[in-house]
Amino acid sequence: MDPGTPAEDRDPQWSEWMRAAQDGDAAAYERLLRDILPLVRALARRDGARPADVEDVAQDVLLTVHRVRHTYDPARPFRPWLAAIVARRRIDALRRRSRIGRFEVADDAAHETFADPGANQELEGVRAGTELGELLRALPPRQRAALEAVKVRELTLAEAAAESGQTVGALKVNVHRALKTLRRLMGTTDGRDLD
Amino acid sequence: MNDERDTSDLVSALAARLTPVRRLRPPALRALGWLALVAALAAWPVAHYSNVPVFLARIAVPRVAVECAATLLTALAALLAAFELSLPDRSRRWALLPLAPLALWIAASGYGCLANGLGGGGPGDLLGESRRCFMFIVMASVPLAALLFWALRRARPLAPLPVALTGALAVAALAAFVLQFFHPFDVTVIDLALHLAAIATVMLAVTVLRPMLLGREAAAPWAAGRYSAWL
Repeated sequence: MDPGTPAEDRDPQWSEWMRAAQDGDAAAYERLLRDILPLVRALARRDGARPADVEDVAQDVLLTVHRVRHTYDPARPFRPWLAAIVARRRIDALRRRSRIGRFEVADDAAHETFADPGANQELEGVRAGTELGELLRALPPRQRAALEAVKVRELTLAEAAAESGQTVGALKVNVHRALKTLRRLMGTTDGRDLD
Repeated sequence: MNDERDTSDLVSALAARLTPVRRLRPPALRALGWLALVAALAAWPVAHYSNVPVFLARIAVPRVAVECAATLLTALAALLAAFELSLPDRSRRWALLPLAPLALWIAASGYGCLANGLGGGGPGDLLGESRRCFMFIVMASVPLAALLFWALRRARPLAPLPVALTGALAVAALAAFVLQFFHPFDVTVIDLALHLAAIATVMLAVTVLRPMLLGREAAAPWAAGRYSAWL
């Protein structure tokens, strides 16, 4: 069905698919569930629901539709039946969030750490950025300029050459040498992260 | 947090596990079917143990007839409301349906109280026969509630509270109506108070027990196992 068709116009098709699903037609059921998802998400998003909750509500709605599919009467429109389920699950989600909010406190300072140093890279990003700045300042000026232009600011070699006055060949050599120097300064034997 | 890929996987899992289901019949038909079953079960005890000629003589009095009719109407309206409210897409306003006959029932009983006074069993026994009326309504409501909620839970109501309240009112009012066959005297103030107390007791008990009576998983699918069970 054309995704641009308004929900009101899709209702007869949804109703027909649901009738087929009640009789055990899995293909019609899958088409129905995929086709109603945009509407379910739109209804779940109402009243400023947090984006993180929308997908939770959508999944709760799908499970509920599955559990109560025998209660749908094909003689009646499908959309109000679905909208009532979404409304109910939105209320449940709000209650759940309110319960969690009463008993749990988020502690932004409670960082996790892991045995593998690589796993901590994201959490330690700020510290790593400071250290990298110090290392860059220790590089010879032409190597630092080449590395900053090509790797940090992500200019093309031609742009970096035009800006720095170095040739493309000289830039390549200086970037290569800068990375090699950085590896040495950081004591890293595996330099793939720097490439 | 769940993302859209999980949702897509869930759709596939639900479709893969689809089994045919029997559609529920319209609520009014289901209510009638339940009523027919209860009538069939109650017909013999009522005919055998009650005093039908006395009952017929009593309802020849217009006020008593109105009172009995209002009691039965309350039961029927609450019954229909409970079956309607058990479905996801029915208006919550169905819960208001029994209020008018309930008001009429209380008004007719109250009018009778004016004529019959306080009643009771005399000094030292304020409750008298009324105590038995209370017990009758509560005890008769137990099997009726078991039968009704067995039927109602098939819909797995998403909002169990209004279903529980209207269902409880239906069985308590029906029990109060059946009581009329065994109640060869007019209501007194104590009678009316205890009838209302019995109805309130039944409604409170059903409200408290609604997760057991209507099924917990209907109201909260996550309580019966989250998505991992489906994926």
